[in-house]
Amino acid sequence: MTLAREAPGSLVRKAFVNPDYGPAPESDDFANEWLRDGQRGFGHFIGGRWTGGEGEVQETRCPADGRLLATFRYGTAEDIDRAVASAREALPGWQELGGHGRARHLYRLARQLQKRSRLFSVVESLDNGKPVRESRDLDIPLAARHFYHHAGWAQLLPDEFPGYEPVGVVGQIIPWNFPLLMLAWKVAPALAAGNTVVLKPAEYTPLTALLFAEVADETGLPPGVLNVVTGDGATGAGLVRHPDIAKVAFTGSTGVGREIRRVTAGTGKQLSLELGGKSPFVVFESADLDAAVEGVVDGVWFNQGQVCCAGSRLLVQESVEEEMHDRLRERMERIRVGHPLDKAIDMGALVDRVQMDRVQGYLEAGEADGAAIWQPSGPVPEDGLFMPPTLCTGAPVSSSIVTEEIFGPVLVSLTFRTPAEAVALANDTRYGLAASIWTEDLSLALEVAPAIKAGTVWVNCTNLFDAASGFGGYRESGFGREGGREGMWEYLKPVAGDRGDEGATKGPTRDPASDAVPPPPRNRIDRTRKHWIGGAQKRPDGGYSLTVTDPAGTPVAEVPRGNRKDVRNAVEAAARARAAWAGSNGHLRAQILYFLAENLAVRGREFADELIRSAGVDRAAAGAEVRAAVQTLFTFAAWADKHDGRVHSTPFRNVTFAMNEAVGTVAIRCADRAPLAGVAGPIAAALSQGNVAVVVLPERYPIPALDLVQVMETSDIPPGAVNILSGIHREVVPTLAAHDDVDQVWDFVADDLSGDTERRSAGNLKRVWVDREGAVDWLAPSGRDGELLMRKGTRVKNIWVPYGV
Amino acid sequence: MPLDLDAVRGARVNRSAADHRAATLTTRRSVKKEWQAGWLLRAVTMIDLTTLAGDDTDGRVRRLCGKARRPVRSDLLAALGVPASEVKAAAVCVYHALVPTACEALRGSGIPVAAVSTGFPAGLSPFATRLTEIRESVAAGAEEVDVVITRGSVLRGGWERLYDEVAGFRDACGDAHMKVILGVGELGTLANVKRAAIVAMMAGADFVKTSTGKETVNATLPTGIILARAIRDYFRATGIRVGLKAAGGLKTARDALSWLVLVKEELGDAWMHPHLFRIGASSLLADIERQLEHHVTGRYSAFHRHPMG
Repeated sequence: MTLAREAPGSLVRKAFVNPDYGPAPESDDFANEWLRDGQRGFGHFIGGRWTGGEGEVQETRCPADGRLLATFRYGTAEDIDRAVASAREALPGWQELGGHGRARHLYRLARQLQKRSRLFSVVESLDNGKPVRESRDLDIPLAARHFYHHAGWAQLLPDEFPGYEPVGVVGQIIPWNFPLLMLAWKVAPALAAGNTVVLKPAEYTPLTALLFAEVADETGLPPGVLNVVTGDGATGAGLVRHPDIAKVAFTGSTGVGREIRRVTAGTGKQLSLELGGKSPFVVFESADLDAAVEGVVDGVWFNQGQVCCAGSRLLVQESVEEEMHDRLRERMERIRVGHPLDKAIDMGALVDRVQMDRVQGYLEAGEADGAAIWQPSGPVPEDGLFMPPTLCTGAPVSSSIVTEEIFGPVLVSLTFRTPAEAVALANDTRYGLAASIWTEDLSLALEVAPAIKAGTVWVNCTNLFDAASGFGGYRESGFGREGGREGMWEYLKPVAGDRGDEGATKGPTRDPASDAVPPPPRNRIDRTRKHWIGGAQKRPDGGYSLTVTDPAGTPVAEVPRGNRKDVRNAVEAAARARAAWAGSNGHLRAQILYFLAENLAVRGREFADELIRSAGVDRAAAGAEVRAAVQTLFTFAAWADKHDGRVHSTPFRNVTFAMNEAVGTVAIRCADRAPLAGVAGPIAAALSQGNVAVVVLPERYPIPALDLVQVMETSDIPPGAVNILSGIHREVVPTLAAHDDVDQVWDFVADDLSGDTERRSAGNLKRVWVDREGAVDWLAPSGRDGELLMRKGTRVKNIWVPYGV
Repeated sequence: MPLDLDAVRGARVNRSAADHRAATLTTRRSVKKEWQAGWLLRAVTMIDLTTLAGDDTDGRVRRLCGKARRPVRSDLLAALGVPASEVKAAAVCVYHALVPTACEALRGSGIPVAAVSTGFPAGLSPFATRLTEIRESVAAGAEEVDVVITRGSVLRGGWERLYDEVAGFRDACGDAHMKVILGVGELGTLANVKRAAIVAMMAGADFVKTSTGKETVNATLPTGIILARAIRDYFRATGIRVGLKAAGGLKTARDALSWLVLVKEELGDAWMHPHLFRIGASSLLADIERQLEHHVTGRYSAFHRHPMG
């Protein structure tokens, strides 16, 4: 049979002879009706009412064709004030509803999203430019799924999170790449936990948040529980700075995240940041290469590459490089770029001209750096902000297209030789949001997945999300998780004063010592105390000592006066010990902590005497503190092999492991309130978690803990796993706070310096925990401490492993 | 080409990724209105109209051949603007005993007769018998022969045995067009599907075909994707285009469109042709006819409005 080459006549015959794709438009009739054909002007949704405010009127346009969709306003300081006040006012009522009452509301929102799903998806695609297939099949169903899942957390909250309460009024700022989905990720857990919300959607894409507010209003969400104030960065800054905001949750660029970290420093506001990424997409020679090619399509050309976790850095094993690239180019030829409402396209429009220019700028820079830029020959609409999928090969690793987040449809390809090199290259980035690994070798996959520093690792899949699995970053991709049990913690705080059953006893008092130990004779042999760095006692780099006194002002002894260099040396020693200690098993860590407890107990009397002599506590209190220290060591020895991960119930044929991983190097700032237990306890916690520690001793009473070094030296702690510094906090803590190889700071002092630490932490976005509310009292160990500390010192990595034959 | 065991054993398939691709392939592409009608007509020309039942008779086969000659009502074709001469089934597929009847009924139409052969559907009769069966079907006028492989060879990793078997069939087919039925539903894993397809192509298959239609699981999109990729690899390595035939389980116009999208996306336009893509089906055509009538009239149609095959 022959078919005519020319196809005169009907369209049907043309399609019969040349079966190409025709237009397959999704109707925008209902969206236009809702938008009143571009005539609609939106105000803010505050306290259950729509209000105009005085802010500047702005337009939001469809990036595919430039048409006006609606106008809205940039929120002013007054708008933010009113919204925060409404949220505060709504807080008691929302909390009094209880878990079940809130669950009903969240359930209703989930159902409403489903019932109006097509309107949401069309509006989303018009506003953002993403293919309607994606908004229809991914954004909106996932948003609904988040409300369902969190209706469940609201229901279970009292039983599953005892001793915790909502944070208060939460300020949330969401990006333009997944407008409604990011709203759901933020709003659902916040409301489930009993908080009220002021939400600022992105200025490019305010519409679905406004539609959502309309739906929430119509369906009876109590006024003030959710407030939506539209605007740009200035509006967001006003929200972040507002004194009545208890927590800020932000998704967006690392640059803005850093600024928010600085602005909130010292305010006591809780913070979670979900920031940028340059996620590795690792293809081993043992992969199903065709599957991996499809993975790349889903990884970096999903949502035009405007995805924080886009697999934008292809790392391919040298043995299959050429084959992978050939297959990839062939596949790229079939990617269709077109109007977002066309149901037969793969990629829509970029969100804004600014974004388009930025991506173009990266390509030019990459080309100047010597990269080969390749784009398929297929047609791309000329009007509108369209860009073809792009592959960059041969870029030097120093090129900005390799190191920086492009946030566009651009894939950069590099090669590696061995699994170890793949891991090293994968981790050779300041980011750590996600990674994708492709191999049919299970042993290899399970070796590599934990080794990559990223909050989510997808094995033989990519860009899978679910409400039951936490999502969030390592390193400069931010901190905090969204989704799952791990995400709920971000919207809860320990109930002050309620520390579990064992914590009922109050810590010992510090009355002037009635039974003081007599000072040593004047002609004693001089006692030399040193820093402990890398397993060795080291004199302070500066060559200065501090004379410390007891509470009465009597000089007790000299201790090293730490400086910048001592901090540097300690952090370097910790870094050398880090990988091995994190890789050690829980049983070993437990044994060492038990041994430490044993050795401390043996010398308990001696430590009690030193507490009495140098910190001026009475005999009973000193004895109690030594016992508390030993008990805490036992607690964390116990936890070392019990902080189990989970397997999340995600609705895919896969196993989603939520692994608790050590954060890395923890800087611990200890308080004078518990000179022994307040040092031994955090050290025990850090070691138990697999972290290595740099400890800044209590400024005034460092002696007992300096003596603890002798005990630690005999307890099999690997060199560098714990490093001890004494000195004046202002002289050492800022260096630690700013150090780019410190992953976390625990501050049990909570003073002005703590705010400074938070500010300095913005450099590498290390996690900072200042125990301002005294959640942990090392003198009076509580049943809650273990769980709390184990969580603080670890982060959840979700590893997705689909299966099937 | 000679058997390349490295290529066979090195084939890797990730099932979940194939399933994901299958699930999103059809949501990534939507074919509507005139394009849909055109594509459905195209699908009609790719159908091997099939009857493979124990109660097949000359009368039944003649009726099917009549349908193959004029699969779509002429008034509908006229309304669609497509000449009736361009729309006929790709082949008629029958058991050996019915080959002469089918040849007779199709004489002059240009539509080839395909015979299922080699102890279809289990393929476990003596090898010599199976070769004889092929030769007799070809002698009786079959221009196409659908042969079945010994699934046990795949399950036991007997790639040389499988290669020799298919090469033997190839030899027996002579110039006849050979479609190698893999019985994908009985191969255990998708990796086995791919390996079996590679061996069949190396041994000279003109087409690889999913199923006999008699297995519990027949043509599924994930297996189609894997077969398409094996064909693609073979083309890349040899420059030879091997065809794909989906058989069993395709019942609706929507199924046909999904497979066409699969072929277009995974193999490309060169395969969007009856020379390289076939659908083995019996009831599919009726559903396509209904959809075509709906396109013409705007009313949903009924089966009894179309001549029965």
